[in-house]
Amino acid sequence: MLEIRWHSRAGQGAVTGAKGLADVVANTGKYVQAFAFYGSAKRGAAMTAYNRVDEKPILNHEKFMRPDYVLVIDPGLTYTADITANEKENTKYIITTHLSKEELIKSQPKLEGKEVYVVDCMQISLDTIGRAIPNTPMLGALMKVSGMFDLDYFQNAMKKVLAKFPQKIIDANMAAIERAYNEVQ
Amino acid sequence: MAKKYELNEVEVWDGNMAAAHALRQANIDIVAAYPITPSTPIVQNYSKFLADGYVDGEFIMVESEHSAMSGCVAASAAGVRAATATSSQGFALMVEVLYQASGMRLPIVLTVVNRALAAPLNVNGDHSDMYLGRDAGWINLCSYNPQEAYDLTLMAFRIGEDLNVRLPVMVHQDGFICSHTAQNVRPLQDEEAAEFVGEYKAVNTMLDVANPVTHGVQTEEDWHFEHKARQHNDLMNSVKVIKEVFAEFKDRTGREYDLVYTYKMDDADVAIFALGTTVESAQIAADQMREQGIKAGVVSLRVLRPFPFDEVAKALGNVKAVAAMDRSAPGGTFGMLFNEISAALLARGKSPVILNYIYGLGGRDTTITMLKEVYEELDKCAKAGEAVVPLQQFLGLRGPKLSFY
Repeated sequence: MLEIRWHSRAGQGAVTGAKGLADVVANTGKYVQAFAFYGSAKRGAAMTAYNRVDEKPILNHEKFMRPDYVLVIDPGLTYTADITANEKENTKYIITTHLSKEELIKSQPKLEGKEVYVVDCMQISLDTIGRAIPNTPMLGALMKVSGMFDLDYFQNAMKKVLAKFPQKIIDANMAAIERAYNEVQ
Repeated sequence: MAKKYELNEVEVWDGNMAAAHALRQANIDIVAAYPITPSTPIVQNYSKFLADGYVDGEFIMVESEHSAMSGCVAASAAGVRAATATSSQGFALMVEVLYQASGMRLPIVLTVVNRALAAPLNVNGDHSDMYLGRDAGWINLCSYNPQEAYDLTLMAFRIGEDLNVRLPVMVHQDGFICSHTAQNVRPLQDEEAAEFVGEYKAVNTMLDVANPVTHGVQTEEDWHFEHKARQHNDLMNSVKVIKEVFAEFKDRTGREYDLVYTYKMDDADVAIFALGTTVESAQIAADQMREQGIKAGVVSLRVLRPFPFDEVAKALGNVKAVAAMDRSAPGGTFGMLFNEISAALLARGKSPVILNYIYGLGGRDTTITMLKEVYEELDKCAKAGEAVVPLQQFLGLRGPKLSFY
């Protein structure tokens, strides 16, 4: 079982991102789960979303998770949310930031010694989509780091997930995915 | 004519979307719904389908959940297929009209997203609303995941509208853990689903002016009792139709449903008895216990009402200890499942140790670790041949341990 935890602010698209990833993975015959912690949280509140992926039907409905990947799509949450909660020895972190990996770890010492990747999903989404919607670039970065799917396959699969949107938005998302795939370090 | 919705063989839907598609495919004439919280995204999704041309029926926005069910009662009495969805406080406000619907023998379908009841205000999942409405004379079907929420919603129309039943049907799913959790769902194609659900068969329609009838009349001590007894009789006998519909659905889809759900019960010494998503999580805990040599199993109800009394007694007939897991505040007694399975077992001459765990209120996470703790306590009781822990405990509660009896 592969488990992923997203740290996001409500409105940044973590739930859509988690569901988009689930859609793509389900098309390959695997079983998926995508969910989030809701409360009465309003736009901007810190929240978490989750993915599970397995070869067999997923019966586990506990919210508790020891994630294989932690995806942080809002730069501030690296400092204000408990992004290392319930981590495993080999949990991988992909973090949205304008800082270099060294600067990031210096600014948040609890990431010291962990497998950390950085990518500026905010700038990428502003440049490509024109809005701060960092979810699809994060998926591009995840593809690169995890090797889950190659870039072409994933982009084609995401085109189907985004099919209800105008072509301009689909193209912008494809560009965002590609840039994050190439820029994540 | 509604457009056909292009569906993949496998969709990734949360429970809300799964139920909404089942409602769309059932060709409902009237959905009357309260369009904001505490109703559910089920009717929001449904109204979008309608706006996009995928639904022929009408959507009536009303000012409360009481009115939503009243609208369904009126439509159903007038002679058409009616359905709606609700949750939590909205369900509570509907309760008065739930009894009207069943008493008037109207086969309305209600999809319920099970959530906590205030106070304190809480939007998350538990079974308080399910427990509040369980004696309202409706058939109650229980799902554990989005696929089942979809399947049972389709089957609900067939069961309730059968001429030997003519009773309203609720389909329950866990708030958030199922309703907002996207998982793989294999839907039927539109024409296949419509063929399964079939045409609506109108009975005693109010708008048939050539054959005037009245609904919901006053009956005092002269006839009220006979009406309620017949209603109960038909609810009890609906088991036959429920089984037939389950069997036909299996023929079409390969997906099997029965009155009672069991997992690894053939040789189980200890069992968890639960409802909703916990039924699936408990299977993981049971497998892990079996690796430690403890023969653990899981039992659940697919049909909460009519209560499958003998099937429950049979499923639990050979266990040494069973935990009744109630996800609703018991309000001064044991939880409902504890009372009902105790009655079923004792009346059939079985007396395993029966424990009651109150858990998961207001969305409190129910972890595999907690469920294994339940099995460990059951194992101790099974080995001792008696209850060596309190009969009623609270699982996953912070602060001092709380127990009774």
